[in-house]
Amino acid sequence: MNLMRATTLDNGLKVLVREEHTAPLASVWCWYKVGSRDERPGQTGVSHWVEHMNFKGTENIPRDQVKGIIEQFGGSWNGYTWIDQTTYLETATRDALDRMLFIEAERMARCLYHPDDCESERTVIISELQGGENDPDVLLDQEVTATALKAHPYRHPTIGWLSDLQTMTRDDLYGHYRRYYIPNNATLVIVGDVDTDVALRRVEHHFGGIPAGPAPIRHWTAEPEQTGERRVTIRREGTTAYLKVAYHAPAVGDPGFFPALVLDAVLTGAKGVNLWSSFRGMPPQRQARLYRALVDRGLASMIAGQLVPTADPFLYAVSATATEGAAPAAVESALLQALDEVRVSGITPEELARAKTQLHARFVFDNDSVTNIAHQLGYFETIAEVDVFTSIEERVQAVTLEAVSQIAASMLTAANRTVGWFEPVEGAVAPETDGR
Amino acid sequence: MATSMQAGLAPRRAALGNGAVVLARQTRKTPAVAMQVAVRAGSVADSLSAPGAIHLLSRVIDRGTATRTADQIAEELDSRGISLTLGVNRHQMSASCTCLAEDFEDLFSLVGDILRAPSIPETELATRKGEVITAIRQDQDNPAVRAVESLMAMLYGADHPYGRPLKGTIESVEALSAEQLRALHAERFAPAELTAVVVGDVEASRAVDAAERVFGGWRAPRPREIEVRRPAAADARRRLVVPMMNKAQADIAYGFVSMSRSDPGYYAAVLMNNVLGQYALGGRLGDNIRERQGMAYYVSSVLDANLIPGPFLIRAGVSAANVDRAIAAIDNELAQIRTEGLTAKELAESRQFVIGAMPRALETNAGIASFLLSAEFFGLGLDYDLRLPGLLSAVTLDEANEAARRVLNPDRASVVVAGPYQE
Repeated sequence: MNLMRATTLDNGLKVLVREEHTAPLASVWCWYKVGSRDERPGQTGVSHWVEHMNFKGTENIPRDQVKGIIEQFGGSWNGYTWIDQTTYLETATRDALDRMLFIEAERMARCLYHPDDCESERTVIISELQGGENDPDVLLDQEVTATALKAHPYRHPTIGWLSDLQTMTRDDLYGHYRRYYIPNNATLVIVGDVDTDVALRRVEHHFGGIPAGPAPIRHWTAEPEQTGERRVTIRREGTTAYLKVAYHAPAVGDPGFFPALVLDAVLTGAKGVNLWSSFRGMPPQRQARLYRALVDRGLASMIAGQLVPTADPFLYAVSATATEGAAPAAVESALLQALDEVRVSGITPEELARAKTQLHARFVFDNDSVTNIAHQLGYFETIAEVDVFTSIEERVQAVTLEAVSQIAASMLTAANRTVGWFEPVEGAVAPETDGR
Repeated sequence: MATSMQAGLAPRRAALGNGAVVLARQTRKTPAVAMQVAVRAGSVADSLSAPGAIHLLSRVIDRGTATRTADQIAEELDSRGISLTLGVNRHQMSASCTCLAEDFEDLFSLVGDILRAPSIPETELATRKGEVITAIRQDQDNPAVRAVESLMAMLYGADHPYGRPLKGTIESVEALSAEQLRALHAERFAPAELTAVVVGDVEASRAVDAAERVFGGWRAPRPREIEVRRPAAADARRRLVVPMMNKAQADIAYGFVSMSRSDPGYYAAVLMNNVLGQYALGGRLGDNIRERQGMAYYVSSVLDANLIPGPFLIRAGVSAANVDRAIAAIDNELAQIRTEGLTAKELAESRQFVIGAMPRALETNAGIASFLLSAEFFGLGLDYDLRLPGLLSAVTLDEANEAARRVLNPDRASVVVAGPYQE
């Protein structure tokens, strides 16, 4: 792995730079320790909405010049918000480095929040929410998460609840922006065909003058231990039944996290740990326990496991799409039985070896671009520390059979799970209409 | 160090004695190799009476061969951390994966075996049919899929290979037998139809040797050419509403039959499309519908030129209350770009972006492999990555405007709305 330089500016901005000279590109990501966990009732979704507003012009980037500002360099830009973090990126040819840093410095300190833009974005975000709700799996995920978590703010969806999106004001958005978008709450990551010393000088030039702010105080409630199985069933018009079983899971810094990652690889195939790219394709899973127990037996057309590194304990979720005609009870019982087997008996040495090989391959595959590498450095620095990522291979290789057995035994209990079903109800089919 | 952009990709291309083609490009980005092995056997090879056969074949082709059981294949893949993807489009079926460099030879042999000698076990077929039927049921509940599939049927006709759903129907999938799939494989899979692309940490000569070893001994006659009818252009505006009252949002699919990939106007249309529905947040359409009117989280256009004229497709997701306003906005943008044309600045910006985005597209092994496979499929030459900037640079404003007038005509648009909306 190439060397990474880490430094902190006087104003508290953390900077990570890693040279990668495999393509004439550079990727810049700016990360903020703010996500949907930092939202109070009445303002759910504010972090994500703020992210949208931070693409709408700044004091030195007029609204009508946002379009094209990075495209001139053949670049792409994007951003996302999740439970622990909000982040922005540009990837473009290396000669755009200074432009990318300028954009991120502007975004940190000088966004405009014009009231008209806030209003027009309100309906864009409601459209994003409703587009998501077209997918039964998204609806189910929302319900299961909110049922499994009673107290911790991870329980509400990052996009927010509709009523909050309808009522939040421009001042709510701007206040949230000013509170969290300060250099001492951010990490800037640069990866690509750059010279580290030159890059750091340009970072100082663009960001050095931004004053530090009062460190945001993050309040949240620790999730109390779950003491009994919870169930939630959505009955809505649809065609297909979906099952999701969620267990409270270790945070990335807990000793059980990497054993749980290995356990997930055994159950559903190794995904790696890149939220930006790992979960897009199917993992290698034909020999995975749940695939064999459900998909190969014709009970489910798809199974997936999800264990994402998070700052606080979140959920390990296993999802199954019931095959057309399969009895839901049979799907659930096969899934729970397979999970119970591993809870009682642990995994085999062969399974442990295969899971480690799979995870090793995924770590190689997931670091195939400057964008992906930069994501990983910033992600782990934001939710834990960057060392977790740079030592990830060692941490996985160190996982023992006993550690996997322990996490399986403690995590996969009935009292620790929430079982969610989307049960499709046949609806009245309105006729298609054809006309002018 | 890779200096691929200056020197060009310059892949090694070898045609084996039996007509199979291999394209190889060594890179040293990561100790991994991406491969895409494609056979010209896409859904156009489905007979009218058995739509979805090629797609179903793709789901079962990797579940047993003459010499390997499904379990053995699963173990070979999983033990190396490899996820093999079988993809189907209108004209090709492809097996793609990324593996560690040390696994390349073994994996390539496995992929070759899968494509050459699938056994299609009955039990596997039954299981995979269940998966496909479930996927068709999911599609029936998905407004985006319903909108696009309905639009394709409208543009091409329900019996045209481009107008039929790739997966077929529940009835057609249920009726397909292992025998039929074996016959289809025997008829359509042949070395002369195969292109293997290998990109990554493996010398080009080793990749060519592997291809010779895996595919060199394959003997099968070249299949008969499949004639795909060119669609008639629409002569009037058409509109279809697919009510899905259980949904939260409506999907609009709005489109035309456009042009083939070999059309002299193709590069002008690429840039025109970028201005209309791609640049930054969805081009002019994004400026209007998302940025100014706040109606949609996504709106964009895509030009899908193919062997025959493919679709030009505009898509947006909007609330039911905004469906008519969004369609009117699309109509207005098209009318405006038709009558007033692009500005020289817009054309220059889009050109600069499309050319400038190439290093990103060609950064990863998988990205390079996709580019090379497409260039081979359309016969664009081994130096296409070097020629492409020139082809885009040569497009004049008049040509881009001509592309807009030719393709975009709101009076002859086909429009589908799927979602919680009724006339």
